[in-house]
Amino acid sequence: MQTEALTGGFADTPTQSAEAFRAVMRVMARPGTIERIMGALPPAPLSNAAGAVILTLCDPETPVHLAGAADTPAVRDWITFHTGAPLVERARASFALGTWQALLPLDSYPIGSAEYPDRSTTLIVEMPQLSQTGARLTGPGIETTAALSLPEGTAFQRNAALYPLGLDFLFTSGDHLAALPRSTRVEGH
Amino acid sequence: MTDYNFAYLDEQTKRMIRRAILKALAIPGYQVPFASREMPMPYGWGTGGVQVSAACLTPGDTFKVIDQGADDTTNAVSIRKFFEKTARVATTEETARASIIQTRHRIPEEALSEDQILVYQVPIPEPLRFLEPSEVETRKMHALEEYGLMHVKLYEDISQHGAIATAYAYPVKVEGRYVMDPSPIPKFDNPKLSMAAIQLFGAGREQRIYALPPYTKVVSLDFEDHPFEPTKAAHDCDLCGAADSYLDEVIMDDAGGRMFVCSDTDYCRARRAAGHIGAQGAPYEEATA
Repeated sequence: MQTEALTGGFADTPTQSAEAFRAVMRVMARPGTIERIMGALPPAPLSNAAGAVILTLCDPETPVHLAGAADTPAVRDWITFHTGAPLVERARASFALGTWQALLPLDSYPIGSAEYPDRSTTLIVEMPQLSQTGARLTGPGIETTAALSLPEGTAFQRNAALYPLGLDFLFTSGDHLAALPRSTRVEGH
Repeated sequence: MTDYNFAYLDEQTKRMIRRAILKALAIPGYQVPFASREMPMPYGWGTGGVQVSAACLTPGDTFKVIDQGADDTTNAVSIRKFFEKTARVATTEETARASIIQTRHRIPEEALSEDQILVYQVPIPEPLRFLEPSEVETRKMHALEEYGLMHVKLYEDISQHGAIATAYAYPVKVEGRYVMDPSPIPKFDNPKLSMAAIQLFGAGREQRIYALPPYTKVVSLDFEDHPFEPTKAAHDCDLCGAADSYLDEVIMDDAGGRMFVCSDTDYCRARRAAGHIGAQGAPYEEATA
């Protein structure tokens, strides 16, 4: 383990994780909104936002899957040291982290069961940028319509069609964060 | 240095609750199981709401607690003091100034904004529980969207009483999918369940968390020929004169004397401060508030 794995965590966990969680909750409750989330300095190629999400939500009870270029020894060491989360294959993951291309195909992640739809993976998708343009979103948390720069359209439509089963998505870019729960209907792209 | 972690709960417990809240927001109306902790107050005193509030609070929040609409009842006072002591957050009785409002059995009269969070204390989260005691069965009924039994119950109300007699904890359907118990709020409050604020429901003893994101479609169950009707006592508030607020009936003496007052104490106080006076009200004085 390199000593860089020991740095970059929250300096004041109770306060910073509470503030980071509120940002995650706001974007999950209002699909299409973009928030700043700060406090983490994870090793490359992770964005600071993805690092903050990991620190806020992951611990030994949440298996994490690292997809593609996110699966480096430095990232593994950092997540293991700061959260204790086991690193696993897709089929067992509570959280999966990587770029959109690296995370595909989506049918390899748990989508929950009819009795327990909550037992599904949350995907943390690293994006080059985030903006309130592109796909048109409607559903819970959205008063009329919202827009978000999703990496594609059909995959999210297919995911929404599984409702109440399905995957939930957090999008991270730099220190910005957005979300798309399974309940959101996606049109156009 | 205080003797408690911020907001009482340890960090791993808060992470577990936070994950449950996020799944609850992603599946509105679905009850997410969570590992409810022992709290330094008995089950039935709002331990579910307290755990949800503890997982949401940040040091910059302003916290308000109401019990049946009132800020000054035992349950509300003790929970407010609990977080003053363990989270050192600012507290308020004014609805508009609060960023998080924990409530037992009421929705504030004043419309909430997008920046606010409403946390409900829930005794029995399962709307089908009194119709079907088995958790295995009710879980299957939710999975299969088999809600006929609930309609039979409402129909039996009509056949016995001539109207749907359910007056509180009136069942709702969320986004056309899950039937949900809105906690024992009066059905007067049901139309307010589609609101701008985030609504979180915590049931401590029953170990369930559920949620309504802003503007979620929430429909009170009814029949075409017996539509849902929100009801309240046919009076105006005797203190502030409000005709649009939910009222508590207060027995005044042994001779049948009674008065009706707003159950939302902050709403009533603000109206009296603004000069409104009800039939039995006296002009508002700051010192008596």
